[in-house]
Amino acid sequence: MRARFLVLLSSLLLAAFVTAPHESELRLCLHSEPRTFDPLLVEDESSEAVRYLTSGVLVRINRATQQPEPELAVSWKIFENGRRIDFQLRRGVTFSDGTPFTAADVAWTLHRAMDPALHSPIGDAFRAGSGDIQTSLHGLDSITIRFPAPLAGLPAQFDTLPMLSALSSARDKAVLGPFVVADHKAGNYVLLRRNSNYWKRDEAGRPLPYLSAVRLLIQQNRDLELRHFERGEIDLIGKLDPELFDRLQAKSPAAVRDAGPSLDVVTLWFNLNSAAPLPEWKKQWFASAAFRRAISMSVNRDDLCRIVWRGHANPASTFVSPANRLWVDAHLKAESYSPDAALAALKKEGFHQSGSTLYDREGHAVEFSLVSNAGNPLHERALAMIRQDLSKIGITVNTVTLDFPSLIERITRSFSYEACLLPMLPELDPIDHMNTWLSSADTHPWNPREKSPATPWEAEIDRLMRVQASTSDFHQRKTAYDRVQEIAREQSPMIFLVHPNVLVAVGPRLLNAQPATIRPQLFWNADRLQVSP
Amino acid sequence: MTAALQRAAAGILILLALAAVGSLWFPVSASAQSRNAIDAAPSMRYPLGTDELGRDRLARVLCGLRLSFLLAPAAACLSTALAALIGGIAGWYGGAIERIAMAAADLFVSLPWLFLLITVRAVLPLNVSPLVSIGVTFLLLGMLGWAAPARVARARVRAIAGSDYFLQARAAGTGGVRLFLRHLLPNLGPILAAQFWICVPVYIISEANLGLLGLGVADPLVSLGGMVRELSSESSLMTRPWILAPAGVLVMATACVHFARLKKEEV
Repeated sequence: MRARFLVLLSSLLLAAFVTAPHESELRLCLHSEPRTFDPLLVEDESSEAVRYLTSGVLVRINRATQQPEPELAVSWKIFENGRRIDFQLRRGVTFSDGTPFTAADVAWTLHRAMDPALHSPIGDAFRAGSGDIQTSLHGLDSITIRFPAPLAGLPAQFDTLPMLSALSSARDKAVLGPFVVADHKAGNYVLLRRNSNYWKRDEAGRPLPYLSAVRLLIQQNRDLELRHFERGEIDLIGKLDPELFDRLQAKSPAAVRDAGPSLDVVTLWFNLNSAAPLPEWKKQWFASAAFRRAISMSVNRDDLCRIVWRGHANPASTFVSPANRLWVDAHLKAESYSPDAALAALKKEGFHQSGSTLYDREGHAVEFSLVSNAGNPLHERALAMIRQDLSKIGITVNTVTLDFPSLIERITRSFSYEACLLPMLPELDPIDHMNTWLSSADTHPWNPREKSPATPWEAEIDRLMRVQASTSDFHQRKTAYDRVQEIAREQSPMIFLVHPNVLVAVGPRLLNAQPATIRPQLFWNADRLQVSP
Repeated sequence: MTAALQRAAAGILILLALAAVGSLWFPVSASAQSRNAIDAAPSMRYPLGTDELGRDRLARVLCGLRLSFLLAPAAACLSTALAALIGGIAGWYGGAIERIAMAAADLFVSLPWLFLLITVRAVLPLNVSPLVSIGVTFLLLGMLGWAAPARVARARVRAIAGSDYFLQARAAGTGGVRLFLRHLLPNLGPILAAQFWICVPVYIISEANLGLLGLGVADPLVSLGGMVRELSSESSLMTRPWILAPAGVLVMATACVHFARLKKEEV
């Protein structure tokens, strides 16, 4: 009888332990199911979150200072203008399964990331010139990596390269990050448990991370996410919608934080593809830098920030946000709203106004369609405001929202569109902006996959982007990239509208949260986050 | 009770229709943005307040009402006419024609029409005016919505064709045209009218569904469905209950159509 009672009691205690949330468990929402748990194949935001929390890297960009800091590598030296980098590795580090971390793991990771059969997006960042990456090991804790051509952005590029184990029997599950994947219920949650072999310690010598677990709840609905937060069921919300932010701020001002401009930029561009199925006269308008500048001057960015983003955005001057302290060209200011100046510039180009309509020199009324993705209220409101702004100079804009696949089909394959409004999500270093600026790139917005640069200024941008990508000299790179931003301003192939702010919510029991403007904005210091009991 | 309800419903429908027509002379444009009066509460100047871009909500409700009242009945007319034609032919001739027509009806009923609408809107030229775009959407709704009413029409035609009075008329040598005009059409009318009244609210709601997906009426036009999207944010209802107005009008209009239909069925 007593034995039965003890069994029953222990079962109840066990059940209570399993079902009750652990006191040092951090809970937050992912907005989609992670597509992969292979850290080298990560492309989506949810998989990226899991990778960030579980993987170890040689160098980590401190999201607060934006500077690279030693992680699994204690030091590094760059030689031959970025063609070679030597890493000295941290000693005594082990994977989550106890396997020691050595230089052989670094070599194995690079080998796997560069495997053409794997199609790793991370590997692409390390492809410089033709030829293979060579690695030479010097004992267990030193490695030389030689690239076939100089690679810019070193050592920051290694921030995204997760170290894998070459020797562990559980290769995919052996990690060096603060947490390990413990459970995954599709459509429900991903549970990460503390990595007991994590190498880092705090200033007092206590092992990190402080948290025992991170529960990533899969929740697409932002309203429900907010409700979970208000009930204390989650501790963090990233990327709050401005309206939700204001709502939460009214209820609990201490819970929300506006971390300032993000790296993102909402952009409008015209279709400059000469083979696009558009009338010739429209191609001529769009090809005119004066026309594009006039459109840029006619959009009231201050109103967009104030009304659409409810004051939680900043007018954009370039592709690079002021949040990117290293690479922003501080001399460039956002285009002033000036419909009169725009009209004067258009008149110089042969446009004229009759009544309330603008006509080109051949008598065509100036009218174009502006497309964006459906289902995003912020973009839909921005379209409505731009339509009204441009109507003041006599331009009719037909605003259209399409489902995302149809939109992508139009802007990247059929080129059956006139102008497009979409956000761009640039990374920190210009080496990651090559796909936007190079005229031959697949994602060159206004005219993808050009066989050769269609205009002299695009040829100049190509040259400058290659210059900045082929040296590790920061000043040389900065000079080249500043000039790219200036040309982009003069020619306005993309009209930069606003940089939305990073709006987050932090629960009262969470300690050490330091929202940053660089992804992941909320849990970049996950190993130092704490939850109060 | 039913008669009173029907009269009230008809009265409200007439009022809504008058409001929709009257909105043509409403002094404020539904798309004009007053950027210094964002999300304004109801006042003398803005009886239903303004929306997130400073647009007059009352003007937008009236404009949306006009669009819904014009296009939904037009689409319902098209569906009913197609249903009468296809269902009538199927019921009249029977045999292989009936089987083919009903197979086509089954196919149309099983089509994921929402995706079809999204696809069609995606392939439309981007520079078509919003009015043409929404016209095409309602045209498609009308063309896709014939299948269910056609089944009803076919069944009714079969029943009429087998009725005693119809057989007697045929036996008396009445010709095909006269049979159709004197004996078939008058008896088919109430069924078709009922189908029309069923289709009207269905199409109003269908447009609202497209609006919820952001694929409804494009700016500067406005629809009730598009305005109902605001209600997806539950806390907005607490702080700005007047944003319920478009939903209220939508529910009232569809309910009134429903009650009007009840009366007609009883007749």
